[in-house]
Amino acid sequence: MEKLIEVKGLKTYFYTEDGVVKAVDDVSFSIEKGKTLGIVGESGSGKSITSLSIMRLVQSPPGKIVGGEVLFHGKDLLKLPISEMRQVRGNDIAMIFQEPMTSLNPVFTIGRQIAEAVILHQKTDKKTAWEKAVQMLSLVGIPNPEKRVKEYPHQLSGGMRQRVMIAMALSCSPELLICDEPTTALDVTIQAQILDLINALKQETGAAIIMITHALGVIAEVADDVIVMYCGKIVEHAEVHALFKNPLHPYTEGLLQSIPKLNQSDDVKLQSIPGMVPKMTQMPEGCPFHPRCKYAKEICTKRQPENLEVDGHIVRCLKYDPECSELWKEGAR
Amino acid sequence: MKEQNKAAPLLEVQGLKKWFLVQKGLFGRPNRYVKAVNGVDFTVGAGETLGVVGESGCGKSTMGRSVMRLIEPTEGKIRFDGEDFSALTPQELRKRRSDMQIIFQDPFASLDPRMTVGDIIAEPMDIQRLHANRSEREDHVIELCRLVGLDPDYLKRYAHEFSGGQRQRIGIARSLALSPKLIVCDEPVSALDVSIQAQVINLMEEIQQKRGVAYIFISHDLSVVKYISDKVAVMYLGRIVEIAPKHSLYDHATHPYTQALLSAIPIADPDSKRRRIRLEGDIPSPMNLPSGCCFHTRCPYATPECAENEPELKLIGKDHYCACLHAKSYSSADQAEKI
Repeated sequence: MEKLIEVKGLKTYFYTEDGVVKAVDDVSFSIEKGKTLGIVGESGSGKSITSLSIMRLVQSPPGKIVGGEVLFHGKDLLKLPISEMRQVRGNDIAMIFQEPMTSLNPVFTIGRQIAEAVILHQKTDKKTAWEKAVQMLSLVGIPNPEKRVKEYPHQLSGGMRQRVMIAMALSCSPELLICDEPTTALDVTIQAQILDLINALKQETGAAIIMITHALGVIAEVADDVIVMYCGKIVEHAEVHALFKNPLHPYTEGLLQSIPKLNQSDDVKLQSIPGMVPKMTQMPEGCPFHPRCKYAKEICTKRQPENLEVDGHIVRCLKYDPECSELWKEGAR
Repeated sequence: MKEQNKAAPLLEVQGLKKWFLVQKGLFGRPNRYVKAVNGVDFTVGAGETLGVVGESGCGKSTMGRSVMRLIEPTEGKIRFDGEDFSALTPQELRKRRSDMQIIFQDPFASLDPRMTVGDIIAEPMDIQRLHANRSEREDHVIELCRLVGLDPDYLKRYAHEFSGGQRQRIGIARSLALSPKLIVCDEPVSALDVSIQAQVINLMEEIQQKRGVAYIFISHDLSVVKYISDKVAVMYLGRIVEIAPKHSLYDHATHPYTQALLSAIPIADPDSKRRRIRLEGDIPSPMNLPSGCCFHTRCPYATPECAENEPELKLIGKDHYCACLHAKSYSSADQAEKI
């Protein structure tokens, strides 16, 4: 399949008073048309900054994209002049944010906000844009769209506002939709509705999706491929079934064990990952995960692991490095 | 799991209501209320955990706070530890507060930024004049720190220097300062990252085993509630629609709302194929409650009589109560006869 977008060695650093924060450090991945890539990680792992870097929305200063390429249809987005980038944003690549409460403008009707993007990108007149807005609202399952289109954001519930955001993002039929924690602020029953909606729309429009979330359950439901991020780096990249069945990186393994599951017996104790995410300005030497890793050996404190291909996964852990994997073999596990 | 004291539960709540006045009726028009908690009954045994689940706006937090009388309930009886808690005068209440503590959701907002961690943990002791001298107080604080896994060297620091998980540990240490019999935990892990969440949940379980404290564990996360609770109550629009020991509830979910909630949780297994019960629409406003069964507007099985008759909680299995007109009782032999 054709690669829709290819991110190569993306690096986004923040220059703060406390030093350089490598929020995204050498991140590479690609997405094919019609596929969903899930990005999981805890707060501060760099998952949102990755998506903002693709859109070139990282606030600068203090942030700066210092390296890498983002190839969209073979064209490097990072090298485009701002005016051309504007044509890409919202038109070819659209984004849905976490907070449906704050990403809508409270003083304009939702119809006007959806129509704005359509007028800008599709060069249509007001009337067709307005009709498009109504049509988009009914597509995302808002009842009574002709009436709702004239309402203001405060008149809608959280789930409805998120639907409006999705309608707005899809109004120009983007080829790539980036969803940054689209359901985190919503209740479970509403979350289920929104996830079903995103899946259905993907089938209909054939758009590719980047789904950023900290909820592994959401990833399992929607993603085809999954990236696990920790401290700005991809620690594991695998197909969704492979990742959940056979997590290779100790961090992925720990994450999967630390969520309570409904079908678990009572005696299984939750396995937590000890410690916490290190401060981004005080990264440990060697592997960033070693202070919390139960398999960590001395070598992990010294050597930075590289990306390795193991059983179809890409994993960044010395345990799988042929040069030092014997260290884990001598009955140490 | 734990022995339930059948004779006298630690906490017994009957007909608890909390209505917030939003608009005074002018010229004899009726007052308008938000019926946040609208008639709730339950019991919690000593050393037991009652999980309370529901979506935002269902009144679970208001319920937790009215039980403690942090907000004064509009109506209802609260018996706590053999005493009528709802009839206590403010002075008596202040004394009895030591037996009932609370952990809040947001570890960033619930700790005073101008107090050191040591003072935050010791504040309840100071208020209740627990210790005669400073060294005794100091020892107690250090003991609590050890219990929740905080380094006692950090006691002179301020809350902003800590991460979310550590702040929640501080909150837990503070709630334990007076050795309470019951702790109301209002979404204690919702603001935390997954890996930290597991640490805090395990810590709370450990403390329960060591100290025998009972929890009312309020959460919107059904998987977490299943893990930690003995008994689970499902709330919808200010009412308990189903309450049962956790296994009965999760294996024989009877109320259509409970079934929908359970089916809506995303499961961290890409192979799990489930039939999802889709609920249409949003929760109605608690200012304008639907007639009859409060769930009938979204219920896939609703019949005309649901709009007229208000269902009461009725016994459908061992200790299993469900408020649905169509709920049938089951015995463990004939698998849950769902509507």
